[in-house]
Amino acid sequence: MSATSAAIASTPTASPVPLSKKALTGDHPTWCPGCGDFAVLAAYYRVLEKLQYPQEKIVTLAGIGCSSRFPYFVNTHGVHYIHGRSLPFAAGVSLSDDELHVFAFGGDGDGFSIGGNHLVHTARQNVRLTYVIMDNFVYGLTKKQTSPTSPVGFKTKTDPTGSVDQPVNPMRTLVNSGATFVARSHATQVSHMIEMIERAARHDGFSVVEILSECVEFYPGAFDAGNPRKGGQFRLIEEKKGDGSPEDALRHDPSDELSAYRLASQPWPGLFGVFYEAKRPTKNQLEVGLISKAREKTKGASDLALLQSSLARMR
Amino acid sequence: MVIRLAGDSQDGIQTVGSFLARFAGRSDQDVMTYMTIPSTISGGPSIFQVRMGTGDILTAGDHADYLVAFYQHSYDSHIHSLKPGGVLLYDSDHVTPDPNDKRFTAIGVPITSCTVEAVGGAGKEKGKNIFVLGLLARIFELDVEKLTAIVKERFGSRSEDIVRNALLAFDAGYAYSAEDLRDSLRRFDSAGQAPSSRPQVTMDGNTAITYGLIAAGVRRGAGYPITPWSTVMELLRTELPKYGGIFVQAEDELAAIAYALGFAHAGHLSVTGSSGPGLSLKAEALGWAVMAEMPLIVVNVQRGGPSTGLPTNVEQSDLMQAIYGSHGDAPRVVLAPKNVEECFHVALEAGRIAREFSTPVIILTDQALATRIEAFDEPDLPAIIVDPKDLSAGRGQGDFKPYPLDRMTRHAPAGVRVATGRYPTVTGLEHDELGHPTANPALHAKMTAKRREKIKAVAAALPPTPVFGEPDGEVLLVGWGSTWGPIREAVTLLNAGGIRTGQIHLRHLNPLPQGLEEIFGRYRAILVVEMNDEGLYGLGQLATVLRARYALPSIRSITKTDGLTFKISEIVSAVKSRIPSGAKTA
Ligand SMILES: Cc1ncc(C[n+]2csc(CCOP(=O)(O)OP(=O)(O)O)c2C)c(N)n1
Ligand code: SF4
Ligand SMILES: [Mg+2]
Repeated sequence: MSATSAAIASTPTASPVPLSKKALTGDHPTWCPGCGDFAVLAAYYRVLEKLQYPQEKIVTLAGIGCSSRFPYFVNTHGVHYIHGRSLPFAAGVSLSDDELHVFAFGGDGDGFSIGGNHLVHTARQNVRLTYVIMDNFVYGLTKKQTSPTSPVGFKTKTDPTGSVDQPVNPMRTLVNSGATFVARSHATQVSHMIEMIERAARHDGFSVVEILSECVEFYPGAFDAGNPRKGGQFRLIEEKKGDGSPEDALRHDPSDELSAYRLASQPWPGLFGVFYEAKRPTKNQLEVGLISKAREKTKGASDLALLQSSLARMR
Repeated sequence: MVIRLAGDSQDGIQTVGSFLARFAGRSDQDVMTYMTIPSTISGGPSIFQVRMGTGDILTAGDHADYLVAFYQHSYDSHIHSLKPGGVLLYDSDHVTPDPNDKRFTAIGVPITSCTVEAVGGAGKEKGKNIFVLGLLARIFELDVEKLTAIVKERFGSRSEDIVRNALLAFDAGYAYSAEDLRDSLRRFDSAGQAPSSRPQVTMDGNTAITYGLIAAGVRRGAGYPITPWSTVMELLRTELPKYGGIFVQAEDELAAIAYALGFAHAGHLSVTGSSGPGLSLKAEALGWAVMAEMPLIVVNVQRGGPSTGLPTNVEQSDLMQAIYGSHGDAPRVVLAPKNVEECFHVALEAGRIAREFSTPVIILTDQALATRIEAFDEPDLPAIIVDPKDLSAGRGQGDFKPYPLDRMTRHAPAGVRVATGRYPTVTGLEHDELGHPTANPALHAKMTAKRREKIKAVAAALPPTPVFGEPDGEVLLVGWGSTWGPIREAVTLLNAGGIRTGQIHLRHLNPLPQGLEEIFGRYRAILVVEMNDEGLYGLGQLATVLRARYALPSIRSITKTDGLTFKISEIVSAVKSRIPSGAKTA
């Protein structure tokens, strides 16, 4: 246990039986039949089954929205927080205990609108946690208002003649903010989704996966253009393999920010895969660094001794 | 109150004396008598001694309560005349008092350099006496207009420059950190109490809160800078890492409270804080914390408002926000320290209540307490320090439920194995005992009652409220927070003036302690003294709460909104104006 987790009682051994989908299943989802979010939930179970973290070390958090109902459907430590602010909460959990695996879920309104500032700063701080944005281009829970990702012209209850404001480009925003793992997937492409969430979970830093997840109720067909079964194209980013081949030179280097921006600027429905992946010290590490530096000076004095000496200086 | 000024005769000490004497003659204020003790060596050391206070409570005494020492030799020859427990005010430009002499409260003021700075230019330290007059005027709340009129009269015949310089020096003295000075005076007033065997520590209120939080076991927190809260977060940010802790400067107050709640969710006792505007931003999350029943300490160092208001002045206008601010029925605990020492101990109490009742606890302090420096008994740390490791021990065992209706909520923090294998979702949606969302009407009523009753249960464990002054009679002064000192002095003066007056000072504002009704019943008038507006119905914020709670028409308000701390004389005259003339109960 690290210095940061000194206050946490932990169970030293992992679960004796493998963590199965059965054990991970919580309440029955309340989503509309056909909602894209079901597939994201299934992918999350699959990733957790693959990673086999101790069950009590997994934390599933969300803000408010249809998608943010997520924690109830997962049998892990869960938090259903307020609209838009799951990220700083999740960051607090992450900075509490190195052994925790922290996953935040939410919608496009939750993440890019009311929570936009937190997204930028959690990215900048590079807090170790994974954030999955279930982007349906609409406000689902509140029944069809314009969202920050709604395309211009999309008719909603707040824009009956069609949305007029330019939407957010999630990939560009995230890369620019300093997120160190930025990926995009599609809820109909389950194995790709699993791969992206798993890579995000394994990433040491702030990792984000935007998943196009259809709201069948208020924006049906929104993502058909990225779904081959509906006549669309699911075009994958080809990442550099480092094999020195001439084809490889044309492939995307995920650590290349400019290349990430170029890929993120492709016309609709764009590309899917890892846009950006970089190594940068996490806030978790930086804070532990501050603690070690401070503790070096205090030479491991007890809390009582430290506090006593502080007060003694004020005698 | 006897004050001895000791310096050299060329410093114009006698001039100050004569000003005070003339002032006494022209006002009904508290300078009653004066006397000079001429020095034997002309041009050399000189002293002036003045007695201040209402005539009937002071007796002549040759020992000073207050010594103003201009030079080292003044200090050396007159320190013996200072009463133990007295206040030594010295020119820190010239005097180094004996650091081992703990009989007195020593306050260094760079009198010479402050005067030079105020008047400008070399050789202008001539105004030192007037600077000190300004200091004394502030300390004893003398009428500035009358005093400056006397100064003008005295120097007016000389030249305009001299008058201007004198007034510059006077104003500088009057403006000098008056809080620190007045407070030491109050300490002196209560020095009649049994001397303490514990060593004294000296710090400001924000420092006391910070170390109190650490003693309470707080190892995590988050905040966003705002005056006058910032110094708490600055100190936590540098101190907590030494204890293996983390304090995060968040992107805004909404993120700060979210961070703090995230820490709480993972089993830490954590803190966030701000001043009024920031508390407004935290309000939604506070509602969540009440609903989710999360332990959390929230500090509000109040300033004048609303909005950016008076960012560096004092006001107590966030009480309603502290008790009710959020949405829905969101009961929480609100505590207010009365002085710097209590800042330390309230932080510990807040931590204890937050954990025991799994609730947010708001500490309401203010700008005056934040920066005021006081000395107090060094806390008995080995006896009170809380080990943060114990906070989540034994959680999540047996038939664990996050929100039991028949028991106190004891969350199983993230990372803790839950024995039932059913992991809880901590939630802001109304929920059943297991944390599942439900809109069941009966359950919302039951859970609302649970959240209310546990806050009421806090009151059951509180000690009885002590009454200072007369235990019954004409007037009971009720206060909260930093107004404690001036109210206490007003009580003494009122009693000396024949108005039977008592004082209670509320540290627990929500819930209120039990037994107040009985105390209120013993006085004809209950006057609630607070630094906020009388509102639409003539009642300040605490007065409104007390009226609602006790429905007593005898509860009335003494309020003010000038962004300054109460003067004793303001309280005294406000009390006199609110009771029938000649009302003096036997
Ligand atoms: C402070 C606050 N403002 C507004 C709301 C109402 N609200 C709840 S969810 C939501 C938007 C949901 O859209 P999104 O985040 O895209 O999630 P989705 O339902 O589409 O999954 C809004 C506006 C709220 N709960 N809290
Ligand atoms: S309203 Fe849309 S987003 Fe919400 S559950 Fe139904 S389909 Fe899914
Ligand atoms: Mg949405």
